[in-house]
Amino acid sequence: MAVALTPHVQPGPPTDDVPRPIVARASGGDRVFRGTLRAAGIAVLLITLMILIFLILRSTSAFGRAGFGFFTTASFFPETSNQFGIAALLPDSALIAVIALAIAVPVGVATAIYISEYAAHAIQRPLIAVIDLMAAIPSIIYALWGLFFLMPRILGFDKWLSHHASFIPVFRFTKTDTIGNYVGAMFIAGIVVSLMVIPIVTSLSRQVFSQAPQGEREAAYALGSTRWGMIRTVVLPFGRAGVIGASMLGLGRALGETIAVTFILTPLTFAFSIHVLEGGGNSITAEIANFYTQYDAKGVAALLACGLVLFVFTLIVNTLASIVISRSRSGALTAAD
Amino acid sequence: MTEPNDDRTGMAAVRLAKNPGSGATSRPSTAKAADHYGQAAPTTGQDDQAVPGYRQGAQPVEPVDRASQAAPGADAGPAETRVRLRRTSAEGSTTFTAAAAASLGLVWVLYERVLPFSGVLGFWVCWYVLFLALYFAMARLQWDRLEARNRLAGVAFGSGGVLAVIIVIDQVGYTFIKGSSAVAHANFWTRSLAFAGPDSPMSVGGVLHAMVGSVEELALATLFSVPLGITAALFLAEIGGGMARTVRTIVEAMTALPDLVAGLFVYVTLILTLGISKSGFCAAVAIGVTMMPIVARASEVVLRIVPGALREASYALGSSQWRTVWNVVLPTARSGLATAVVLAMARGIGETAPVLLVAGYTKELNVNPFSGPMTSLPLFIYNAVHIFGTKAYVERGFGAGFVLVVVVLALFTIARRIGGSAPGELTNRQRRRLARQTEQQ
Repeated sequence: MAVALTPHVQPGPPTDDVPRPIVARASGGDRVFRGTLRAAGIAVLLITLMILIFLILRSTSAFGRAGFGFFTTASFFPETSNQFGIAALLPDSALIAVIALAIAVPVGVATAIYISEYAAHAIQRPLIAVIDLMAAIPSIIYALWGLFFLMPRILGFDKWLSHHASFIPVFRFTKTDTIGNYVGAMFIAGIVVSLMVIPIVTSLSRQVFSQAPQGEREAAYALGSTRWGMIRTVVLPFGRAGVIGASMLGLGRALGETIAVTFILTPLTFAFSIHVLEGGGNSITAEIANFYTQYDAKGVAALLACGLVLFVFTLIVNTLASIVISRSRSGALTAAD
Repeated sequence: MTEPNDDRTGMAAVRLAKNPGSGATSRPSTAKAADHYGQAAPTTGQDDQAVPGYRQGAQPVEPVDRASQAAPGADAGPAETRVRLRRTSAEGSTTFTAAAAASLGLVWVLYERVLPFSGVLGFWVCWYVLFLALYFAMARLQWDRLEARNRLAGVAFGSGGVLAVIIVIDQVGYTFIKGSSAVAHANFWTRSLAFAGPDSPMSVGGVLHAMVGSVEELALATLFSVPLGITAALFLAEIGGGMARTVRTIVEAMTALPDLVAGLFVYVTLILTLGISKSGFCAAVAIGVTMMPIVARASEVVLRIVPGALREASYALGSSQWRTVWNVVLPTARSGLATAVVLAMARGIGETAPVLLVAGYTKELNVNPFSGPMTSLPLFIYNAVHIFGTKAYVERGFGAGFVLVVVVLALFTIARRIGGSAPGELTNRQRRRLARQTEQQ
């Protein structure tokens, strides 16, 4: 009886168990199939490459005219002068993106932690749906909302900030203190853009947080940790790279946001200013959207040069982001090959 | 004889090896036990009842095993109650409500009466900061510092979720309210703006041209982007390798590509280089470029969770790779793929920036996407608000926003309904059909 219960297989030394390489010749149908799939993969690469090549080809004339001054000149009147550049447009774009991230990353990460760690199961799914819906709402609706709903209501807050927080240089107000000078400021554009970045940061961070290993969570609890202590010592360190990657993807989105920024900003001059509460300010995307119909061929080439800078910039940011995510401990689980 | 502290999988193997010998009647119970182990580790008691034949056969092993498992429970004395995480207590919710009310009152007095502030938004920002401070103070009165901090963190995290809900409701609601006056007119749905001036009242003209344009552009864009996106996703999931990794990185980067760049790309290639005039077709290509990476990325995620065992079963039956993909992988992932496509469509219909550069703008109805400018809903809103900006146009713009939000909400709901089931899980209808088929056989 006892003998019958013993397993038949004796565990041998593990070196014997080398998987045999399986070599099967693909059939004709399979070769066509694999070829098609590979072609689709190449097509994706090709489209990206073509965007780059065509933008470069069409903007060389603008780079030729402006020379290196394209990166150092602050004014942008490409039709009348050879002295034009993005030295004001790019920093403005970046400043709006930074404002957006400064709001979106804390809010997004907090929401992600709430969904993955705190929310009861009954509200977990609806909340995820709301975040997904927030990402699905078109940017033109954000723009309408920002221009007609948010702008009139935020001006008072802007004024309060400029009066009471002006010790922070960013919030200093150098113009005449009338309410009209607060209209169309980069701060407001940044807030609207941040609302579009929140769902990106939230959903990516949530996915990473929910993968934090159960064993380590329970270990933290077993050592007497509170839930916040567990989050601080297990979940946040585990998801750090994911949050960084998510923020960078959000940065890419914020840099490229067009419609909301175009609606809200009132571009006055091409002078870069860090006083975000003042009206004025510009961005690469708003410049392209506002002037592409008005410019002649020379001007359009200059706008395409702007677009090329934007594309290269966001492509680098986004690629770095996905590399950061996939190299991290948490990302390795999802993107492992 | 097996060792007394044999692990559970070992026992399962023993049990399965033993049972077939004890007669045909115990067959079903064996299958049941195997099923149990496949899903989750069951308790010992349950399992013993499920396999009656085992009780006598393995009697010498069992008492030792039982004792070692039951020992900690016996020492603890009274029966354990399960600790429920994610539960709210009465003190917790009272503290929360009290802090919210107290800070509301205090902010109202300070903000409206004492200090010269103004603006609705500033009020709520001050309220929130004060609320967190009061909540922490009240929690500190009742609990020690660790627990108070824990509660404060919970409330702070939760407010992020609340904010998201408020924003979504606010945006949708605001668009609906402002747009309702325009969409209430029947002509808004059935006419184009061809005969309306900048200040014509709402009873003249409508956005039919923009709706037709949106539908046609979206259909064409879906036609371009979905086959390419899903094939690229299959490449990533089914073939893999070094190039797939590069493609995946690029696809991820393109998901967050500025949509304006897609418009610039089409402008440069189709309009400047090939000399095609601005048209709905160009707009559709631009939308397709922005939709493709979304489809590819979402589809790849779905294809990856198709169980590998299904593929192996198909290969074991001798089918080729493309047969496996066509007959096993794709049908299994159908619901997820449909969700990916519908979500990408929801994104695509709201795209403004790519369309802005390449579609042109017209007030008239144009049903041919291949010639002449074509207006879509987002493009109409952009022109109405940003370019024209008269009162009547802004009202129409909000009306178009109303339509757009309804369409996006509808697509989103459809995507949620389809995506509710995991890959391979059958809907009720499919289950009924399967039952009918087996009955006929």
